[in-house]
Amino acid sequence: MTTTYHPTRHGELLQGARDSLPMLAGAAPFGIIFGTLAGPSGLSLLGAMGMSLFVFAGSSQFIALTLLSGGAGLAVIVFTTFVVNLRHALYSATLLPHVAALGQRWRIPLAFWLTDETFAVVQHRYGAADASPLKHWYHLGSSLAMYGNWIVWTLVGVLLGRSFEGLDKLGLEFAMVATFTGIVVSLLKTRPMVAAAIAAGAVALLARDMPYKLGLLLAALAGVVVGVLLEGRNATEEGQA
Amino acid sequence: MSQYELAVILGMTAVTFLIRYSFFALGDKVQFPPLVKRALRYVPVAVLTAIVVPMVLLPDGRQWQLDWRNAWLLGALVSAFIAWRFNHLLAAMGGGMAVFFLWRWLLA
Repeated sequence: MTTTYHPTRHGELLQGARDSLPMLAGAAPFGIIFGTLAGPSGLSLLGAMGMSLFVFAGSSQFIALTLLSGGAGLAVIVFTTFVVNLRHALYSATLLPHVAALGQRWRIPLAFWLTDETFAVVQHRYGAADASPLKHWYHLGSSLAMYGNWIVWTLVGVLLGRSFEGLDKLGLEFAMVATFTGIVVSLLKTRPMVAAAIAAGAVALLARDMPYKLGLLLAALAGVVVGVLLEGRNATEEGQA
Repeated sequence: MSQYELAVILGMTAVTFLIRYSFFALGDKVQFPPLVKRALRYVPVAVLTAIVVPMVLLPDGRQWQLDWRNAWLLGALVSAFIAWRFNHLLAAMGGGMAVFFLWRWLLA
């Protein structure tokens, strides 16, 4: 998706936002549904907007609504948020080499805006062959687009209340599936990579009923372990041959 | 906004940001050992596959749907095929989405 290369800050910024377009469409119904469910779950308009503005993490926001309406305590909600969002630590570690040289005024906001979608889009850009020193502008473009999008659709949801029923059945989330599938396939260049994908997919299916997205974490771990083990074995075999 | 709501939002904001910032905070002060670097290369494939596979094979979150009527599966297969054959991400996303919506419309 980055076949046209813009060597300017502005160009990278726009390209990052543009490449996130399918993700914006995919996140929109979730933003609206979150907004509409906020009121009935006991969150005020300000509370719903505050959550999207400051927490900015869709799945944990949805779970927080469920917990709030069930009368859960503060500690439970915060701890659940921690577990659900733990996968972002993996993203943070994975992207670190690409942002390590940037100052805190870049790293702090980019960390704040780190989501599944932006991670998927930017790791693809950071991995691209060209040695552009401005790839963090692309990262910023994707981050700002996702953030603005989430806030706007949350607000739309809050304002529309319940009148948007059925939106979750449109299947707009498929945009995310199509994008992630394309990215994964473009990364499957070696046998250990393919094995990592198979292991992660299999464990994700087996562990899908685990609470708090723990299955996702377990699946990611399984994929990484299988990939590293196979790569290690291949390397030894080649070394001996 | 009640004080309880405020506390919930502050607490969620703090843990979420700390997780996301955990490694970014280190900057270039730390160098990962080679094994960790190697492991991190597998994170994108592992995480993204783990997100997508259950969504595609169990679209409603409960029931397996391993047949041609499953628009999620068909759309994802088309995306995968385009990405593999033509190595063009935008075409893979567009093609998969077109087939997905077309299929749902046809079967509706």
